[in-house]
Amino acid sequence: MRVGVITFPGTLDDRDAARAVVAGGAEAVSLWHADADLKNVDAVILPGGFSYGDYLRCGAISRFAPVMNLVIEAAGKGMPVLGICNGFQVLCESHLLPGALTRNSDLHFLCKDQEIEIINNATAWTSSYKPGEKIVIPLKNGEGSFQCDDETLAKLEDQGRVIARYVGQNPNGSRNLIAGITNERGNVVGLMPHPEHAIDELTGPTAQGLGFFTSILNAMVK
Amino acid sequence: MTLDTVAVAQTTPDNVQPFAELGLKPDEYARIKEILGRRPTSSELAMYSVMWSEHCSYKSSKVHLKQFGEKAPKSDALLVGIGENAGVVDVGQGYAVTFKIESHNHPSFVEPYQGAATGVGGIVRDILTMGARPIAVMDPLRFGPADAPDTRRVLPGIVAGVGGYGNCLGLPNIGGEVTFDETYIGNPLVNALCVGVMKHSDIKLAKAAGAGNLVVLYGAKTGGDGIGGVSVLASETFGAGGSTKRPSVQVGDPFVEKVLIECSLEIFAEDLVVGIQDLGGAGLSCATSELASGGSGGMKVALDKVPLRDPSLSPEEILMSESQERMCAIVEPNKIERFLEICKKWDVTVTVIGEVTDGDRLEITWNGELIVNVPPRTVAHEGPVYNRPLAQPAYIDQVNSQKVNVPMPTTAAEIKAAVLKLAGAPNLADKSWVTAQYDKYVQGNTIQAQPDDSGMVRLDETTHLGVAISTDANANWSYLNPYQGAKLALAEAARNIATAGARPLAVTNCLNFGSPEDPGVMWQFAESVRGLADGCLEMGLPVTGGNVSFYNQTGSVAILPTPVIGVLGVIQDVRKRTPMSFKVAGLELFLLGDTEEDLAGSEWAFLHGVRVGQSPDADLAREMRLIELLLEGNAFFAAAHDLSQGGLSAGLTEMVLRHNIGATVSLANPAIDLLSETPGRVIVAIDASKTSALEALATKYNIAISKLGTTGGESLTINESVIPLTQLRETHTSTFPRLFG
Repeated sequence: MRVGVITFPGTLDDRDAARAVVAGGAEAVSLWHADADLKNVDAVILPGGFSYGDYLRCGAISRFAPVMNLVIEAAGKGMPVLGICNGFQVLCESHLLPGALTRNSDLHFLCKDQEIEIINNATAWTSSYKPGEKIVIPLKNGEGSFQCDDETLAKLEDQGRVIARYVGQNPNGSRNLIAGITNERGNVVGLMPHPEHAIDELTGPTAQGLGFFTSILNAMVK
Repeated sequence: MTLDTVAVAQTTPDNVQPFAELGLKPDEYARIKEILGRRPTSSELAMYSVMWSEHCSYKSSKVHLKQFGEKAPKSDALLVGIGENAGVVDVGQGYAVTFKIESHNHPSFVEPYQGAATGVGGIVRDILTMGARPIAVMDPLRFGPADAPDTRRVLPGIVAGVGGYGNCLGLPNIGGEVTFDETYIGNPLVNALCVGVMKHSDIKLAKAAGAGNLVVLYGAKTGGDGIGGVSVLASETFGAGGSTKRPSVQVGDPFVEKVLIECSLEIFAEDLVVGIQDLGGAGLSCATSELASGGSGGMKVALDKVPLRDPSLSPEEILMSESQERMCAIVEPNKIERFLEICKKWDVTVTVIGEVTDGDRLEITWNGELIVNVPPRTVAHEGPVYNRPLAQPAYIDQVNSQKVNVPMPTTAAEIKAAVLKLAGAPNLADKSWVTAQYDKYVQGNTIQAQPDDSGMVRLDETTHLGVAISTDANANWSYLNPYQGAKLALAEAARNIATAGARPLAVTNCLNFGSPEDPGVMWQFAESVRGLADGCLEMGLPVTGGNVSFYNQTGSVAILPTPVIGVLGVIQDVRKRTPMSFKVAGLELFLLGDTEEDLAGSEWAFLHGVRVGQSPDADLAREMRLIELLLEGNAFFAAAHDLSQGGLSAGLTEMVLRHNIGATVSLANPAIDLLSETPGRVIVAIDASKTSALEALATKYNIAISKLGTTGGESLTINESVIPLTQLRETHTSTFPRLFG
C-alpha cells in the first residue's frame, strides 16, 4: 500500500514521517504541495513543521495549497488522512476537523516526552492500540493547545471522537486534555504529539508510536 | 544626491570622507588610497570599512591564529581546512562532516531574540555553503548572575531566539551550555554551532572561477537591516533625503532560510554551481570580494539589479546590508536555466547580478556607472594586521599566589547540604527549562542530546555511522591560567565524546574575549590560542576553523577569557554507544582517574565567591590514554559520565536522576572527593563480572581506578549521608523555573 507524505514549504518532519511509514510496512510516496496530484496513494500524512513559517495562523496558508483540494476530496470519500502537529493545524484550517490549535498556555515552545492515553482505537490510524493503552511519544510545538466551543467539545466527547488524551499535567492548556481527534467517519485523524519520532528506542523515547503506522495497514486490509 | 563614481573620485581627490566614523584608522584610510592610487569612492570606502573591521578581518587575532596552521598535527581526516566558510573532515564511508561555531554576542545583548536567532541562521548558512545538509545545532550560552534583573531580560529572549529559529529550520538542538558569571552581565555570550553532512564529492568552495560564468544572488531581498556605520556615510556624504535609521541588529526569517536550504541542496545535488558563498557579516561586500579573490579575481556586478525590500537604499547601504537569508552563487551560463527553475519551484527570489571576468578587478556599477574598481584580495584577505601589545595582567600573580580558602563539609549533614547546594546551583542545575524549548527530535537521527555529555547524531541508517560533538569552556580556569584553561577545555570536550564511545577527530573554537586594545586581554587571548594550538598538536586533533569575538567588555571590566572549544568525533555504530547513566540497580560504580585537591576555579569555590589559586595542569598524555581506555571499555561499560564542573558531586547527581536509579557510594575523603574538580576523571558503571576486565584496561592504559559503590535504591547515599532522589530532583529541577518562570 502507498502512503503519501506531503511537503509544504517549511515542512520539517516529512522525512521522519516517510521513515515511519516504511517502518510500519507501507511504501512512502512524496507529495508536493503545489502539485494537484495524489499519485494514487491509499492514505495521506500531513507531517509536522512550520509551513509558510506559521507567520499567519498555523496552517492557514497551507490549506490553500493545490494538493489540499485533492486531500479534502479524497478524505470525503473515506481516504485515511493523518495530520501530525502542523498537519493537525492544517486539517483544522481545512475544516476536515473541528476546533483550533492555539499558543501553549505557558507561551513557550515545548519539547518533551509525553504520555498519552489512546481513547478511541476505532479509527484508521489507531487500530493497533487497545483503548486505554498508554504510550510515550514526543510532544514538540509552540501552538498545541486544542480549543473549541462547548458545543463542539460535547459533540467530540459524546461521539467518542477524542482519540488520545494527555496523561498527567496538561502540557499546553488543551481542553479536556485532548491530544488528538478524529472526524465522524474515523478516517481523518489529527494528533498534536509525534508518533513518527517514536518508532525505535534509538532515536525516540520509545517505539510506541509505530502503532499509528501499522494501524493504517490494518485499515487497508479491511 | 550625486553618485560618487570612480570618475568623480578621480577628479575630487580632496573630498573629505568619513572614514573614522566607519571605524577606519587614518593609516588604514591612507593604505586604501595607496592601493587604489586615488581616494576610494564612497562605495569602496563602505566595502573596505566593513571588510577591514575586526569582525571580518581578524586583524588583531591573525598573528596568533596562524599557530593553528603552524602547529597543525598530521591528519588525513581534514578535507578542507581553515579559511573556507567551515572546515570539512572525513568521517569514513564516503561521508564528510563540516562543523563550526560562531558568536553573536553583541547583537544578542541589544536584541536578545533576533540576535540569537540570526546567530543560528548565520552559522547554518556557513555549513550549507560548504555543500552540506545541516543536521544539528548546539548553543553554548553565558549570562550575568542568574538572579540579575538584566539576565531575566536577556536569557528568556536568547533561549526563545535560538529555539524559534532552529526549531523552524528543522534542526535538532543536541547540546550546549548555560553558565552564569557576573562578568557576562552586559556581555552575554551567544555561541552557535552547526554541523552538516555531505558526500566527499559534494564539497563546495567560495570561488568565482571561469570567465563568463554568472554571479547569481538568491534568497531574501536586501533591506536596510544590519547596516552599522553606513548611515553615517550616507548622511555625511550625500546629505539627508536617503533612508531613515534602521536597527543595526538583523531580523531573521527562519522560514525563508528553511526554503533556502532545501532549494540550495537541490541545486547542489544537480551540480549547478561552480562556487558559492553565503551573505553574512559585511553582506555583499564580503560575498563578492571573497568569491572574486577565491578565483582569478575578475568580477563585474551590476548593483542596481539587486532586488530590494526598500527601494530607497543607496549603493553603499546595499553593499553593507546584512539582511539575512541570502546566498551568492557562481553558475555556468548553460546551467542557469535549471538553476532558475529550482528557485522558482521553491519560490526563492533569484537574480543574475553579474559575471566573472578575465581581469583581476572587482568592478561594481550602479545604473551603468562604475562605483567600485578594486583588487578584491585587498578587500577580502589583505586587510591590516596588528601585532597588538600584550602583557601578563597584574591579577595573575596575585590570584595564583593565594590558596583557596572555603568552608568544607565534614559531618553527614554538611555533606548532604553540599551535594544539594551544588545540585541546585544555577551553573549545575537541571537545564530543562531551556532545552525543552528546543526540538531535539526533528530529522529522526538524534541519538544523544542534552543532558548527555555530548550530542550525537546518526549519519547513515544502514551502517549506523554517527558523529558526536561536545562544546566546553572553563572560564574560571582560563582566568587563573589561560594557557592551561584552553588545554583543559579541549581535553574536556574530547573526553565528553569518548565517554560515549566516539573517537575525537577535529576541533573548532569560538574565542570570546574582552578588548584587544587592553594588553592584559590580548595576553589572555595569546595564551589561550597558544594553549589550544599546543593541545591540538599533542592530541593529534586538527583545528578546522573558528571564530574570534573581541570587545566583550563593559567599561574596564572584561569578561572572563572564554575560549569555547568544540570537538567532533566519530562512532562507527551509534547503537553501541555508552549511555551517560545506568538504568538498573546492582551495577558497580568506579571512578577512573585520581582526585587531587583541585578547588581553584571549582564551582564550590565560585559559590563561595572565591576565584583564586592555580588551575590544574592539563596532562594531555594521560587524557589520551583515558580516551583509549573509554573507547575500548565501550564494549562492556553500562554507563560512563565525564566529571567536570561540580566534580563527583554533580556527576553522581546527574547519573542517579537520569533514570531515577539511586546509588550507594563510600568515599575515604568525602569533602575533597566530592568537590574537587581534578580533570581527566570519568565515572563508569559496569556489571560486577566485568571488574577484572576494567582492571586490566586500567593497567594497560595506566589510569588509576577506584571503586565508588553500587547502583540502586531510591536515594544517593554517600557514606552516612542519605539524600532521597525526590529531594535531590526537587532541588536540581526547581532552580530555573524559580528564576525564569
